[in-house]
Formats: sequence, C-alpha cells, structure tokens
Amino acid sequence: MGALVNQLPIGLSIAAVLLLIALGLTFTFGQMGVINMAHGEFIMAGAYTAYLLQSSSLLGDTSQSFLIALPVAFAVAGVMGLLLEWSLVRRFYGRPLDTLLLTWGVSLVLQQLARDVFGAPNVQVTAPGWLVGGVDVLGVRLPYNRVFIVVLAVLCVVGVWLYLTRLPAGRRMRAVVQDRELAAYSGIATGRVDRFTFLLGSGLAGVAGVALTLVGPVGPSLGTFYIVDAFLVVVAGGLGQLRGAVLAAVALGFLNGYLEFWTDASLAKVLVFVAVIAFLQVRPQGMFVLKGRALV
Amino acid sequence: MRSRTLSRGLIALLLPALLATACVDEPGGGAGASGDEIKVGVLHSLSGTMAISEVTVRDAELLAVEEINAKGGVLGKKIVPVVEDGASDWPTFAEKAQKLISQDKVATVFGGWTSASRKAMLPVFERNKALLWYPVQYEGLESSPYIFYTGATTNQQIVPALDYLAAQGKKKMFLVGSDYVFPRTANKIIKAYAAAKGIEVLGEEYTPLGHTEYSTLVNKIADAKPDAVFNTLNGDSNVAFFKQLRGSGITPQTTPVVSVSVAEEEVKGIGPENVAGHLVAWNYYQTTTTPANDAFVKAFKAKYGADKVTSDPMEAGYNAVHLWAEAVKKAGTTEVEAVRKAAGGITIEAPEGPTTIDGDNQHVAKTARIGLVQADGQIKEVWSSPGPIKPDPYLKSYDWAGGLS
Amino acid sequence: MTWGRISLVVCVVLLALAPFALSPFRLGLLAKYLCFAIVAVGIALAWGQGGMLTLGQGVFFGLGGYAMAMYLKLKEAGSAGLPDFMVWSGVEELPALWKPFGNPVFALAAVVLVPGLVAFLLGLLVFRQRVRGAYFAILSQALAAAFVILLVGQQGLTGGTNGMTNFSQFFGLDLTDPNGQRAVYAVTALVLGVTFLVAKLLVRSRFGRLLVAVRDGEDRVRFLGYDPAVVKAITFTVSAVMAGLAGALFVPVVGIISPALLGIVPSLELLVGVAVGGRFVLAGAIAGAIAVNYAKTLFSEDFAEGWLYLQGGLFVLVLVFAPKGLAGLVESARDRVAARRRPVEVLA
Repeated sequence: MGALVNQLPIGLSIAAVLLLIALGLTFTFGQMGVINMAHGEFIMAGAYTAYLLQSSSLLGDTSQSFLIALPVAFAVAGVMGLLLEWSLVRRFYGRPLDTLLLTWGVSLVLQQLARDVFGAPNVQVTAPGWLVGGVDVLGVRLPYNRVFIVVLAVLCVVGVWLYLTRLPAGRRMRAVVQDRELAAYSGIATGRVDRFTFLLGSGLAGVAGVALTLVGPVGPSLGTFYIVDAFLVVVAGGLGQLRGAVLAAVALGFLNGYLEFWTDASLAKVLVFVAVIAFLQVRPQGMFVLKGRALV
Repeated sequence: MRSRTLSRGLIALLLPALLATACVDEPGGGAGASGDEIKVGVLHSLSGTMAISEVTVRDAELLAVEEINAKGGVLGKKIVPVVEDGASDWPTFAEKAQKLISQDKVATVFGGWTSASRKAMLPVFERNKALLWYPVQYEGLESSPYIFYTGATTNQQIVPALDYLAAQGKKKMFLVGSDYVFPRTANKIIKAYAAAKGIEVLGEEYTPLGHTEYSTLVNKIADAKPDAVFNTLNGDSNVAFFKQLRGSGITPQTTPVVSVSVAEEEVKGIGPENVAGHLVAWNYYQTTTTPANDAFVKAFKAKYGADKVTSDPMEAGYNAVHLWAEAVKKAGTTEVEAVRKAAGGITIEAPEGPTTIDGDNQHVAKTARIGLVQADGQIKEVWSSPGPIKPDPYLKSYDWAGGLS
Repeated sequence: MTWGRISLVVCVVLLALAPFALSPFRLGLLAKYLCFAIVAVGIALAWGQGGMLTLGQGVFFGLGGYAMAMYLKLKEAGSAGLPDFMVWSGVEELPALWKPFGNPVFALAAVVLVPGLVAFLLGLLVFRQRVRGAYFAILSQALAAAFVILLVGQQGLTGGTNGMTNFSQFFGLDLTDPNGQRAVYAVTALVLGVTFLVAKLLVRSRFGRLLVAVRDGEDRVRFLGYDPAVVKAITFTVSAVMAGLAGALFVPVVGIISPALLGIVPSLELLVGVAVGGRFVLAGAIAGAIAVNYAKTLFSEDFAEGWLYLQGGLFVLVLVFAPKGLAGLVESARDRVAARRRPVEVLA
C-alpha cells in the first residue's frame, strides 16, 4: 500500500520530466509544423552546458554553477535552435515531413560532434548539495531532485503561459499558430515570430537538459533516450496547445508510473505506446484541437 | 511518356555503385603471417551506443600489440593490427569478422563486447576455422572451439559475488537488470543459487536497454526492503539508476548494490558520489597490486593520457593479446589448429595476477575480486578468492546448478 | 532505344555478372544492399507516391525476417530438437507459436502475409481516422520502438537482443558454400527485379494515379467518391510486404536477424537511401539505397567516426539542394539539355 501511494509523486515526477522535454516541441511542432528530431540534441546541449559550467572552475561551487546553468543552457540551446531555423528550417515551409528528415540529419551530426568534443563516455555532473537526498512526508518519500524537477516544470509552464497570454509577442505567436495567413495579413512578421518560437522551444529543451543531469546520464546519446517520449506527449496533447501538452504529460506520466508498478518497465513502455495509438483512434488530432475552417 | 524513360534512365545510377563494388574487390592482402608481418584483427564498436565501452578495450589491445612489437614481435615478425568498427550493430560484427578473415587474412581476431556481438560472430569463426579472442565477462553456457574467452565466466564473477553476499549474512535479494541475455542468464543462476542456499529473491525486474526512468523500480526496491540488490544493468542505465537510487533513502549501509557491469570507466560517468559505498564484482581493478599491473597502468596512462582509467574488460583484452602471442611462440606458427593446441596451460603474469588458459574449454583461470567503490572513483578490493578459479562455463562442478544447462 | 533502356540492360548485365566477378564476401555485401533496395522500393511507393512517411518499416522487415529465421532455425534443430537460443534461455518445450513454422509453405506464406496483414489492419485503422502526415510518421516510429521492446522482452521466444544467428541452410542451399551464397544472391536479385516490376506496374496503373491524387489532395479524392483510407492502406500493405520479403532474404544473406536491425534508427536509415536517390522515382530509390549502403561499408572500413557526419550531412544537403534526390537532379539536367536542344530543332 505504501508503495502504491509512493507511486503518486513518482507519476507526477515522470510527468514533469515528460513535460519539460515536450514543452518546447509543442511550439515548434504546433506553430510551424516542424517535427524537430534535433530537439533531443538541444536537450543534450543543455546538459553539456551544465557540465562545462561545472568543470570550469570560474563559478565556485556546484550549486551556483547549477543554477547559473539554467539560463545559460536556455541561451545556448535557444541560439542553436535559432541557427537551425534561420539556416535550414525556413526553407522547408509546407514540407513538414521533410523537416523531420532534415532535423534527423542534423541530430546525427550533433551527436557525433558531441562524441568528438566530449568523448563517447558519459560525463559527470555533480548535483548541488541541497538537491541530494530526500524527505519523508506522511510516509511518502520525496527525493529533492524530483521535487526540483516538478517545480521547474511548473515554473516553465507558468512562464510560457504568461508569455502567451500577457505579452504582445506571445499574442503574435498565438495568432500565427491559429491562422498563419491571416496573421501575416494583419501585419505580423511571421518569419520573425517563427524564429523566436524556435528560440523559445529550443531554449526550453536546454533547460530540460540541465534538469535531467540530476536523474539521468549525460552523454552523446542523451537526446535519443527522450525524443520518442517527447513526441508522444505532443501528439497526444494536440498541436501547439499548452494545456494539451500539460494534460498529456500528466496522463502519460501516471500511466507510465502505475503500469510499470503493476507490470514491468518493458511492458509498461509498450502499453503506453498502445494507449497513445488507441487514443488517437478516438481523437486523431490529440486532446485539444484548434477550431478552424481549413479542411486540412 | 517523358517521365517513364526518365525513370528508366535513372537505373544508371546503379552503375557507379556496382562498378565501385567490383573495383574495391582486391584479391586480399596475402596470408596472416607472410613476409615479416603478422596481421591481427581488432574488432570493436568505435561508433554507436557501445563505443563508450569498447573503444577502451581496443586501446588496451593496441597497447599490448605495441609492447610485444617493442620486444621484437612474435616469431621474429611484427604484429600489425587491422582495426575494424563493429558499429554497435551485431550483423556488422559478423560482416567485419568475415572481412578480416577472408580479405585481410588475419592470423586471429580480438574483439566483441556484448553477448549479441559474440553470438553473431561465432558462426563466422567456426565456419572459417579462424580464432576469436573475446575479452569480456559473459553469461557462460558456451564453449566454442574457435573462441578463447579471456573475461570471466559466471563461476568466476557471479558465483563468488553470491558467496560473498551470503557470507555477509544477506538473506533477501532484489535482482535488477537490463533486458538482454546476460542479465537474464545471470539471474537464472542467482535464483538457482538462492534456492539452494536459503536466500530469498524478493523481486526480479528488467528494463529496456537505454532506459532512464528508474523511480518506479527504486520504489519497488524500497517497498521490498531487500538486504542487497544484484545489479546487471548495462551502460547508460546505470547512471540513471544510481542517481535516482540516491534520493530514495536507500543507502549502501542498509542495502548495498552489487554491480557486475560497473567498472572504473562507468563509475566516472555515474559520478563517484552517487555510487560510492556500493559493491562491484570483477577480476581486476586499477588498484590491484601486482607488479604487472603497475606497469600496465603506467604504460596505459603514458600512451593515452594521465586522466585515463583502466578496467577489467580492458585488462582482459590486454591479456588476450599477450596470451595469443605466447601461444604462437609455443606453437612456432600462427596456424589456427596449432595455436589452439599450444594454448592449453599457457600462463602469463597478468595485471590481475597469474592467468592460465584452460585447454578444455578455452576460458582462463582468473582470480575473483569484490570491490568497494570509493568517493574518488577508484575501487578498493575488499575480498578476493584465494587463488585463480578454474573456469566452469556450464557450472558442472556446482551441484545446485544442475538444472541450468 | 532510349538512354534509360540501355542503362536498364547494363544494370541487369552487371547484376548478372557480379557473382563471377566478386569474391563471396563482396557478393554477400552486394546481396545485403539488394535487400535494402527491396525495402526502398516499398518506401518509394508509400512515401514518394502515397505521401505516407513510414518510419516503422523496420517492423515489417522484422516480421518477415523472424518468420524466415524461425523456419530455418527449426529446420536446423531437426524434428525433436529446440533452436539453440531456447536451450540457453531455459525453454524446454517448443512454444506453440513456433510449431507451424516447421512447415516451409507456412513459413513462406507468413513472410508475405504477416507483415501484409499487420500493415493493412493498422493502415485501415489509422487512415480511417485521417491520421496523416506527421502524426502518421510519429505513430509508425512509436510502433517500431514498441516492437523492438516486445521482441527483446520475449527472450525465450525470439532470442532477445541476440536475435537469431547461425544459419547454415536455406531451402537445400548450403550457406557456408560459395555456390550456395551465389544462389542466394541470385534469388535476392530476382526478387528485387520482380518487386521493381510490380511497383512499376502499380504506379502506372489507374490505382497508381489514384494514389498520387490522394497524396496531393486527399479531400478532393474523397469528394470524388473514393475512399482514400483504402487506397492508402493497400499501398502501405504492399510496401510492408516488400519490407517483409527483404527481411526474409536478409536472414540467409547476412545470417542474422536481431532487434538491432528493426528499431527507430535502422528504420530511419532505410529512408536515407530513398531520399538520396529520389523518392518519386522507383529506380532512383533503388540506386540510392545501394549507393548509401555501399558508402556506409566503405566509410566504416576506413573512416568509422566520419560515417555519422556523412550520413547526417548527406541527408541535410540532399533535402536542401535536391529535395527530389539525385533522380531529381538528373531530371532537371535533362530538362535543361532538352530546352537547349529544342530551339535548334526549330531552326533546322
């Protein structure tokens, strides 16, 4: 019984990880229809940023460098995303499937680059002291690093929500998501909005990368471990929908946590895939669909 | 029908590929031991997920080749390594093995890491009657006449680890492994052992290779409250497992984790602070104190950099090259059947201590060692078998293991 | 006699001569490339003609491959014995799933029918719901991931990560003997030829035009009274059967089938050749698949670390500068030549 209750925060923390890795994708995928297979490598870039900041002795102790890594990783991954959009992706409008292959090619190159620069073995990122250990609350064990990830995910969602609803730039972005042509006619520079969307989406991947150093390996194949799960969240949540992504991440997180608890890790993974495929039978466009007149 | 003729015309694109294939097909580069050179194959994954581990073994093997050449080579000839990439892909291992044998005509091949790569290469070596030296601890239950196994088999690693745990009074165990052949076979052996010795197995869990989400599994372990966890996870999963175990309140003092696939190299990636205090089982550590090991570690760091660590599979790969060289010297030829016959009983002073080839099953006698991971990333030996253990890949000399093979 | 027809003849002659010119090792490699080329034809059909980007072709390749491997393993084990991997996985009795695969007719039928059926049912289900484009691509990718996990988890049934290896016979052919290998090569080349012709006929048929129409305007086709879901499902099925055949041939050619061949990355790699060669042209896809796999062998022999750069870079370059692949380049070059020639003809 204790373990069953214990699964609650675990489901939540899996959801938080899923949300962090998928949040950026909902924008690049949702707004521009770009299936960014290199998203995983932006997560990797964030993780390596944390590693570099920590191993360069400029920044004092690990807790400082870890916190500084969050915004720096956002910038590093964001700029990488910006460059990708500006140099390649923008040539591919109206060819969403080609962007999938294009960005996969980019992700291969980035992986090998990481292997050549940092070496094939995993590198070590030390968690700051205050994230080590955990606390028992009402008999439920809460590891600090998990709590941190949940809090970070919530902060990211709130930040994105504020941006989308409160800032003019966010409103422009929503306008482009809803109707690109109309937005362009209304004088919104859609090209610039696209570039900024990519910056934001990739930057969020970088932040996720820093957080993932707390719970996972930091190596050249880091991105490949998360990319499929991230896409499942986006597909189940619906295009470009913040609440869809949140709901899908939470649903998949708990599903994963409890299925694995009752069966085993392999079977749970397969069952989650099956569940998503089955769900798309009911709602082929994900949980939330944008209402539009377009037939496509 | 312009497009029709066009598409036909594109078949011409086939031409370059075909022609190139034909052109490259040179008739091999002479026999393995022609002139004043002996070619040997070195076949490990240099790319893909397994590169992380296998590159280090290749480095150790090349170091051994260099050492032998510095002392005049074997039979008065220099050893020339032909390095190939298995690309972490089992069919590629088979393909490259075939290439080394039939095109480069190497005298022997050193290579492989995963069981899957060995199983893929086995038929190639048996059919071509060529030799493979396989340098990694593995699940046993195999004894090919064309493979020499220089890593530990189960009775030299897993069984001693179980003996150690039993002697420590551990009565309840939890088994965690990646979902592939080695962990499943290892756990089969552990369960047979546990059944015979009154140890309770509280759980047996497998996760897919490359799995990174261990909170549920950790929760299951915390719930079961075992005395010890036997860990056969592979590669990157170990990093996630230990990082997530640390926050859960399970400490090495109450519940030590015994790992059989975590060596010095992996400890570095996991972060020593996450795994310090837990146990590992191998035949060799960088800290093992033998004169041969001092020389090995020194030579390795001199060649590849002072920050490099040495580990058990690297040492086994290093030994393999030296053992082969000794067998060739004794046989007086690189011819496979003669080398096989000569190999039985050959002993070298390896970094792990005296290491002898068993002529019957072509494994080697090795000393088992239990180590404790230190905060600095090194591993301290806490127990070792009194002497080298005779290899027994089918566990025939253990009565509790009757139903296994 | 067009330029195209000449090159077709040259290619056939080259493929026919290969067994005499190449060493058994190189011939085996060529046969492997041909297997991938068979998959490429199917992908070119589904993706190029039908607009369905399938990232899970490894699944069907695997279904065909495992069906064949199960038969060969049983044949090798004899009437009473168990396949070798079952012995060391601790399986004592032949699982029920395996029993019918002792029959060669059943196994051969399974090679075609199992991938076909799975693809048809899945396709119908998914396309009925109008899951398309990126959604379909990601779903097929998840399918590949789930399939691999499932295969790996059932070690006693499938050999786990090791897969199945060590085949010495293929319908009476001795695979250890160079002549046996030549025969297997010939069978593979023949199947590739037949696959190519079937795909060619399909593309030229009424159905082929309907397929292109579905790709370019699914709703319009629906308004015209056709069911695009059925058209797409049938095409998807054909491409899956081709992948299944390729998988079945891969087993005797390479001598191994394992989950490592079927996952997300191998499935994507199958696309590289098609994209490079040109997805809209069947022959281009074949040529691309052979050329890319040949390049992979070449690179891994001399420059292992560089392969990922090349593979990734090639993909990016092709998509940016030649979205229709090499075939598209040839096409436009030819158009230019034709355009230059035409005024001259007029003057004359």
